[in-house]
Amino acid sequence: MSVRSRRLVGGGLTAATGAAAALAIGLLAVILWDVGRGGWARLSWEFLVSAPREGMTEGGIFPAIYGTALMTLLMTVAVLPVGVLTAVYLHEYAPPASRLAGLVRAAVTNLAGVPSIVFGLFGLGFFIQFVGRAMDRALNGGELRFGQPALIWAALTLAVLTLPVVIVSTEEALRAVPRDLRDASLALGATRSQTVARVVLPGALPGILTGAILAVARGAGEVAPILFTGVAYFLPDLPRTPWSQFMHLGYHTYVLATQSPDVEATRPILYATVLVLLVLTFALNGVALVIRSRTRGRAASAS
Amino acid sequence: MRPDPSAIGAVAADPKMETRHLVVSYGGKSAVKDVSLRLPGNQVTAFIGPSGCGKSTFLRALNRMNELIPSAETEGEVLLDGEQVNAGRFDAVELRRRVGMVFQKSNPFPKSIFENVAYGLRVGGTRDRAELAERVERSLVSAALWEEVKDRLQESALGLSGGQQQRLCIARALAVEPEVLLMDEPASALDPIATAKIEDLIHELKARYTIVIVTHNMQQAARVSDQTAFFYMGELVEVGVTEQIFTNPVERRTEDYVTGKFG
Amino acid sequence: MLAPRPAPRSSRVPDALVRPAAGAVSPESAIRRRQMREAAIEGVVTLVALTGIAAVALIFVFVGREALPILTDPSVHAEASFSRMFLPQVVREGRPAAFLWQPVSAVPKLSMIPLFVGTLKVTAVALALAVPVGIAAALFTSEFAPRRLRELLKPGIEMLAGIPSVVLGFFGLMVLATWLQSAFGFSSRLNAVVAGVAMALAVVPVVFTVSEDALTAVPRSYREASLALGATRWETAFKVVLPAAAPGVLAAVVLGFGRCIGETMIVLMASGNAAITSWTFGDSVRTLSATIAAEMGEVVFGGAHYAVLFFIGVELFLFTFVLNGVAAAFMRRLVRKMSGAAA
Repeated sequence: MSVRSRRLVGGGLTAATGAAAALAIGLLAVILWDVGRGGWARLSWEFLVSAPREGMTEGGIFPAIYGTALMTLLMTVAVLPVGVLTAVYLHEYAPPASRLAGLVRAAVTNLAGVPSIVFGLFGLGFFIQFVGRAMDRALNGGELRFGQPALIWAALTLAVLTLPVVIVSTEEALRAVPRDLRDASLALGATRSQTVARVVLPGALPGILTGAILAVARGAGEVAPILFTGVAYFLPDLPRTPWSQFMHLGYHTYVLATQSPDVEATRPILYATVLVLLVLTFALNGVALVIRSRTRGRAASAS
Repeated sequence: MRPDPSAIGAVAADPKMETRHLVVSYGGKSAVKDVSLRLPGNQVTAFIGPSGCGKSTFLRALNRMNELIPSAETEGEVLLDGEQVNAGRFDAVELRRRVGMVFQKSNPFPKSIFENVAYGLRVGGTRDRAELAERVERSLVSAALWEEVKDRLQESALGLSGGQQQRLCIARALAVEPEVLLMDEPASALDPIATAKIEDLIHELKARYTIVIVTHNMQQAARVSDQTAFFYMGELVEVGVTEQIFTNPVERRTEDYVTGKFG
Repeated sequence: MLAPRPAPRSSRVPDALVRPAAGAVSPESAIRRRQMREAAIEGVVTLVALTGIAAVALIFVFVGREALPILTDPSVHAEASFSRMFLPQVVREGRPAAFLWQPVSAVPKLSMIPLFVGTLKVTAVALALAVPVGIAAALFTSEFAPRRLRELLKPGIEMLAGIPSVVLGFFGLMVLATWLQSAFGFSSRLNAVVAGVAMALAVVPVVFTVSEDALTAVPRSYREASLALGATRWETAFKVVLPAAAPGVLAAVVLGFGRCIGETMIVLMASGNAAITSWTFGDSVRTLSATIAAEMGEVVFGGAHYAVLFFIGVELFLFTFVLNGVAAAFMRRLVRKMSGAAA
């Protein structure tokens, strides 16, 4: 091929692949613009703090925000200790070619790939039908109380779903702690657990925080796992105990979009709800990104 | 090859630390080959030799830090006050409280100056604030750093200069009140003025501690140590009174090294 | 031969602060206690780490448990045996055997085939769009884009990954469906194509990120050698870099495939939710995952329908398990290739 035609082909390929990248970004922009345009009008402080009225055509979505927040809070409390300790095991305690560590890693990778609806089935089959019913038998004389969809079961289900996120982020953070700090601690007569608790974990804190935020962003957006583990479309009260049901931004979106009796009337609320959900997700991801790049920058300049 | 007992200064008494036929290997390749060496108490022993000769590996075997590397295997004995300390049964954590270490590149924790020095005390169980304060001050004085930091103990240790950080690491190691202090090229990353301060410090500390220093700087070894051991390719070639090693070595390889023919 | 040792400077250590007699040695019991505490802590940490393994096992066991009646319960088995789920069934006299998923009817029909077909149709559309776009964008980002552009593109496309799938489903339902309808005039407004396009939005970041990582992992020396031999940037990209990164790119495609199979909300909202067995892409479809989501709310606890929904869950779990294994195998190949080359 002549040089000129090779250059043309090269130019064409650059254009084509650049167009692909632009397409992806472009669609992102379209989504953001469409949601923003449709939902901006309805967005207000009142929308965020008041409850829905008139069959979801008036009022706000506060209960959905509250439910989402409360559920992700419970989820985080459950997933952080388990995820961090698992990462600590993998990075600080496990011997190099350990079979057990290999199994744990494989399990975590697989967990990351399980479809979210299967997590919903797991929540139903394990937490509600097994643990909940067992609690009913033991604590409630067989009467149905714990073995039903509830905030706590949804939170625990999502905790299992987001476990890989926390583990991966924490391990990355542990790896970033320089080895010579561990050496210094051990040389002073500290034990391994003291070294981890006093030197390594404090140093890994930003990365752990990033992992927590990413888990929350993920958990707040997932709808399939909570469909039959605790979420509801309309509840008269806010959830008061871990065994209450709850409303949720994502689920609210789904129901409003697919099952609303009057599409036109609920449309503004629907768009505004999606807008809130998107802003929340992006804000969380953005904060995590900032923390991560600042820690990397600091580590790079310190070395 | 074998150290001449009569050449090891005026040590008639038992050595503070001793190794017998110590072998250290990583994944099958031996880094330290059959080294038997006596380290006299309250003296400074220097290890010299070209890069990769095993002197740092040997140093780390003395406080069992090489055990942290998974592929490391050790044979032979390491003794402290006549008691074997590298058998599985002797607690490594306990050993490291008695045999402290200062590393080549200073590695202060990202904590305050006070907390750095107090670290070893806290993990050792000391909690009384007055006691901590007193022992931190004492260690910083011993490391010749107190005057420079006494008004900013709560500030981050990372704000100190390189030389100050290294002295901080020395203070940190001294706070635990070890009996032996191992120093792995403690001044190699420092400028001459800071280096001189460290060398003065070593000279003063010798009165209370047994010091072992690894250095690739022969002039430093000559300035600072009472006895010198020359390592080459994992073997202890010669050990003796510093002056003798540098002016009148017995082994040919030692002479070649100290006269700069290689290394 | 050496300069004499200089006289030490004035002693800085006041005599008053003499080190007390030999540092305190911990008594045997304290040492023993410390060792036991360390062992206990290590035990606890290890135990917690087992949660990951336990979770995977528990998912399989407890989802399978609810599906077990298909094998063990005769009344369930009558409606939902394996032959009924996978072989064509004669529904009405005189009519040919067909695959039907109509669980809520006088005679429940529980064939998996319409659901498989639906899943495959949506997946085909999604991958046909997402794989070329994702790989092309990855090639552009890693081989051609200047650094500043790359630092905008990567986070940008990763932002797409951060969009919850319910929002993508919403977008498909409200916006894409209208666009595609006016462009192609499908018989159903919500169909496999709409769901597939919306799904592609979710899969592009997956394919992009994994491919881009694989491409940038190719050692620079490969590119430099090729360019030094007179090849252009793009010839290098296609003949040297892409083949070298091939296992990683394949892993990306496999992971994208896995994502498609498991995705629920997008399909639930944008596919029309009609279990039709046809190869027309303009028809509404029902996928495996959407079926579970849509019907679990109304199902009779313990009945055949209930067990079959859980059985679909088992199928999904196994599919993605296998796909993950394949992707992991590809990634291992990639790592081996790279580390061998970089040596």
